[in-house]
Amino acid sequence: MKIAVCVSHVPDTATKIKIANSGKDIDPSGVTFIINPYDEYAVEEALKQKEALGGEVTVFSVGGDANKESIRKALAMGADKGVLIKSENELDSIGIAKALAVEIKNEGCELVFCGKQSVDYDDSIVGQLLSALLGYNCVSTVVGLKIEGNKITAEREIEGGREVIETQIPVVITTQKGLNEPRYASLKGIMGAKKKTIEEKSSANVESSTEVIKMRKPAPKQPGRIVGNDVSAVPELVKLLREEAKVI
Amino acid sequence: MANNILAVLEQREGKLKKASFEAAAVASKLASELNCDAIAVVVGNEIINLNEVSKYGIKKTIHLKSSGLEQYSTSGYSDAVTAYAKTVGAEYLVFANTSLGRDLAPVVAIKYDAGILTDCTNIEVSDGDVVVTRPVYAGKAFIDIKFKSSKKILTTRPNVFKAEANNSAGAPEIEVIEIQSPNLNSRVIETKKSEGKIDVSEAEIIVSGGRGMKGPENFHLVEELAEVLGAAVGASRAVVDAGWRQHSEQVGQTGKTVSPTLYIACGISGAIQHLAGMSSSKYIVAINKDQDAPIFSVADYGIAGDVFEILPALTEEIKKYK
Repeated sequence: MKIAVCVSHVPDTATKIKIANSGKDIDPSGVTFIINPYDEYAVEEALKQKEALGGEVTVFSVGGDANKESIRKALAMGADKGVLIKSENELDSIGIAKALAVEIKNEGCELVFCGKQSVDYDDSIVGQLLSALLGYNCVSTVVGLKIEGNKITAEREIEGGREVIETQIPVVITTQKGLNEPRYASLKGIMGAKKKTIEEKSSANVESSTEVIKMRKPAPKQPGRIVGNDVSAVPELVKLLREEAKVI
Repeated sequence: MANNILAVLEQREGKLKKASFEAAAVASKLASELNCDAIAVVVGNEIINLNEVSKYGIKKTIHLKSSGLEQYSTSGYSDAVTAYAKTVGAEYLVFANTSLGRDLAPVVAIKYDAGILTDCTNIEVSDGDVVVTRPVYAGKAFIDIKFKSSKKILTTRPNVFKAEANNSAGAPEIEVIEIQSPNLNSRVIETKKSEGKIDVSEAEIIVSGGRGMKGPENFHLVEELAEVLGAAVGASRAVVDAGWRQHSEQVGQTGKTVSPTLYIACGISGAIQHLAGMSSSKYIVAINKDQDAPIFSVADYGIAGDVFEILPALTEEIKKYK
């Protein structure tokens, strides 16, 4: 089975966001970039399925040279090779999905894993867009997965519970925390990753369907009131919630 | 003049969801600003509360009906919605940004060749263009963004847009379109509900616990307060990673981003990832021993004291009014 896993390269979640001078993006100076946390579950699941089904895992990423760092991380965990799809422009989710679809089709992968969301733009739709572009089935936000032959049984998280979906390969699965425990890259894995190839492609003809006008920070919240420091403050707090905020 | 606007509603177990009425209200407002018609569309089998749609400003509701589509199916629902959008030449489609909406809307976007903007928290019309505001980096920043495509899909963040029922609205016009042999390439075969639990992403009130609760055995204090308030129980990443609580309860950058009316943080210090996920709540209460904890910088009201004393007292005090 040819397996694809898509990774994005995002600011560490502990990052404090500064807006760039362009006013349309973040200022990347001093920001640590990491592999998107949800993509680690995608890499782990791709490797587990390769171990069970045989085949090859190819890591795809859309962006600049810096993305090689996240591709290498997946290679160090055990993926076989990487494809960096270079984009001149900032692409939106549709642009990214289109760029991925072309190369995943070229590679002939029929089992595709993506993190359910990138923790930068938080769109949570690239995997679903990709499935529709490829004409594949899709299960998003997956926390449990079973593959038997061509049959896929996947559990996805919904409000107040889970639903079990049945579908077939070819399929795109988007991975949610809880699906697995991503492995750590071993020293041997890290050394080996340096020798694995990362092919470079271009996404020249791909365009976004949206355009950012402005990025800004939320208005700072006025610090509130410390009502007290022990149980005696409780009646006052309840009074404020009932009479001032009117929320209970 | 823009063409039709579709509000794509969601039913679960034959009942339309609140978040869908919010999406309907958004579509209705957008239609009046763009001087066109809004139509509601819902896929399912028997649906009991279709009559309610007209209270949210949409007169005409299309029920795309099939017994095979009683439960969600990405393939079947996306085909049905796309086909209907094509027949009316819809320019805008509005979905609620729920687990179903996030799954369905992007697939429809590709099948209908539309652009898509998800998780919108504000939608405005400026010179005939729709300008959307949405959070990025889990709410650490916001973007104003517009479409370049001719067809456009929006998903609205639940609990942000008001859906106030107008009970004097006229009788709704409901048209049923039977869907013949739906595409069931993927389908739900079972739903597993967490009994009696409210999901943090849908809750009006959330009571969350953090490491200051000192162990999973103490979370009953959080649950008891949630119970009297009819609230959902939330958790910080630290306690989820420690295995005290399930990930479905996690609030923050690698959990859920929430916007309830009231958020009560118990024993949560307020790591930047957590603040990002909950600071758009309307009112925030913090209960934490450490008066310098970052959570107090976003809280409207705080008690800088011992959660183990304050939580039971708070639960008892609120009971007096319930």
